Amino acid sequence: MKITLKVWRQKNSNTPGKLVEYQLDNISPDMSFLEMFDVLNGELTKKGEEIIAFDHDCREGICGSCSMYINGRAHGPQTGSTTCQLHMRSFSDGDTIVVEPWRARAFPVIKDLMVDRTAFDRIAQAGGYISVNTGSAPDANEIPVPREVADTAMDAAQCIACGACVAACKNASAMLYVAAKVSHFAVLPQGQAERTMRAERMVAQMDTEGFGACSFTGACSVECPKSISLDHIARLNREYLGAKLTSNNVQG
Amino acid sequence: MAWVTQTLSSSLGRKVIMSLTGLFLSSFLIVHVAGNLQLFKSDGGRAFNEYTYFMTHNPLIITISYLLYTSILVHALMSIVLTRHNQASRPVKYAYGRPEANSTWSSRNMGILGTVLFLFIVIHMRTFWYEMHFGSVPMAEYDGKQYKDLYAVVLEAFSQWWYVLLYVICMVALGYHLVHGFQSGFQSLGIRHKKYTPIIEFLGTFVFAILIPALFAAMPIYVFLQVHGII
Ligand code: HEM
Ligand code: FES
Repeated sequence: MKITLKVWRQKNSNTPGKLVEYQLDNISPDMSFLEMFDVLNGELTKKGEEIIAFDHDCREGICGSCSMYINGRAHGPQTGSTTCQLHMRSFSDGDTIVVEPWRARAFPVIKDLMVDRTAFDRIAQAGGYISVNTGSAPDANEIPVPREVADTAMDAAQCIACGACVAACKNASAMLYVAAKVSHFAVLPQGQAERTMRAERMVAQMDTEGFGACSFTGACSVECPKSISLDHIARLNREYLGAKLTSNNVQG
Repeated sequence: MAWVTQTLSSSLGRKVIMSLTGLFLSSFLIVHVAGNLQLFKSDGGRAFNEYTYFMTHNPLIITISYLLYTSILVHALMSIVLTRHNQASRPVKYAYGRPEANSTWSSRNMGILGTVLFLFIVIHMRTFWYEMHFGSVPMAEYDGKQYKDLYAVVLEAFSQWWYVLLYVICMVALGYHLVHGFQSGFQSLGIRHKKYTPIIEFLGTFVFAILIPALFAAMPIYVFLQVHGII
């Protein structure tokens, strides 16, 4: 396949970047999108040019690091997948593909296609955890969890914190991410101890990081590689309002 | 009270304000459209004028009307706050975007649709509300009682083709605003449920986005055709 790539090149967070065009002539349709970048970087190395920086790790859709905004869509044209799971057969011979980093105030560009997603880590640290006793493990069936509840929690727990929701949202809102984290624990018995505090703190941190508000366009859920449902966003609203109305935290 | 202001100024709290004011405005539309159906009666405007008399003299309605004016202002001001915040959340735009692949046009253009609605409300209130309260409306007499003949004002306004066209266009904007807004308003309050969400979506689409705007649009068209002797 012949492919024309337009890739965002940016030296660091302080210098402005621009789209740079690259020609690739020998691309196999069976290559993954990231392998295509490996080929390009190989050619750049041979030419003595600086390689394109992009995040990747597992290359099997579980780590969530391969953030690329491809032809106007988070992780490219294939729904329910990450960039590493996208293959060149999703494109046609002669296509021009525009690749940009996630765009959000809360995700500043570090270099080229790499963005700083530590805002997500700080939101998780604010309340995305449960307290457990150390010592011997409790009996597996001691805490009853109905099947439906377990499924809901698992759906939410699938979130890999890739940031596609933020990238796809017209408001750069992190609602789907925060909703998945809050939902995951809110429905399970193990998550009850911190339930109120979790909703309050995680939303406060989300706002502090500079993400936008939710307009329910649903773009996040469509672009989410794990297809996390908007149900969780409604639950986050419920959890947050419930927490604010009932917690003893008068200072806000 | 710090928690109240803190909650309402969070991104979720702002959407709650948007939702409560927006849904309150939506509920008012039912009353407004039902009352204005009097325009379709062939009684020279009597039923309509009696209805406007009631609406401008009943203490409960008057109280609610102040709530309504406040809601319009709060909804519009909050939409500016939200839009600015949302735009600031993405300082560098994408060079190439395909938003139509993952969301509806109306959900992405609530601010533009809302601005059209705001301008419409201003024009609409100038024509009718202002005339009724501060203008010189001719009088009509039914059974020895004096009524302001707002019907005459309606006939005059709706006899102009451009005014009718303006109304029809604005009602299309209303439909698009509510096809997303009505159901979104419930989500902002955390109301989403397998049993009730389909009902909310049905009401939002068929009643609030289609039926109500269609009835509102039919009024100026009907009056126009009548005044010009076409029907
Ligand atoms: C008849 C008048 C109006 C009605 C019935 C109405 C109704 C609604 C409803 C129900 C929502 C959904 C709230 C939510 O998602 O939580 C909404 C959202 C919105 N409205 Fe209105 N509205 C009206 C007029 C206006 C006006 C005059 C403006 C602007 C000047 C406006 C701007 C907006 C915006 C920007 C949103 C989206 C907020 C967001 O998603 O972040 N609306 N409206
Ligand atoms: S590299 Fe791990 S999800 Fe793509």
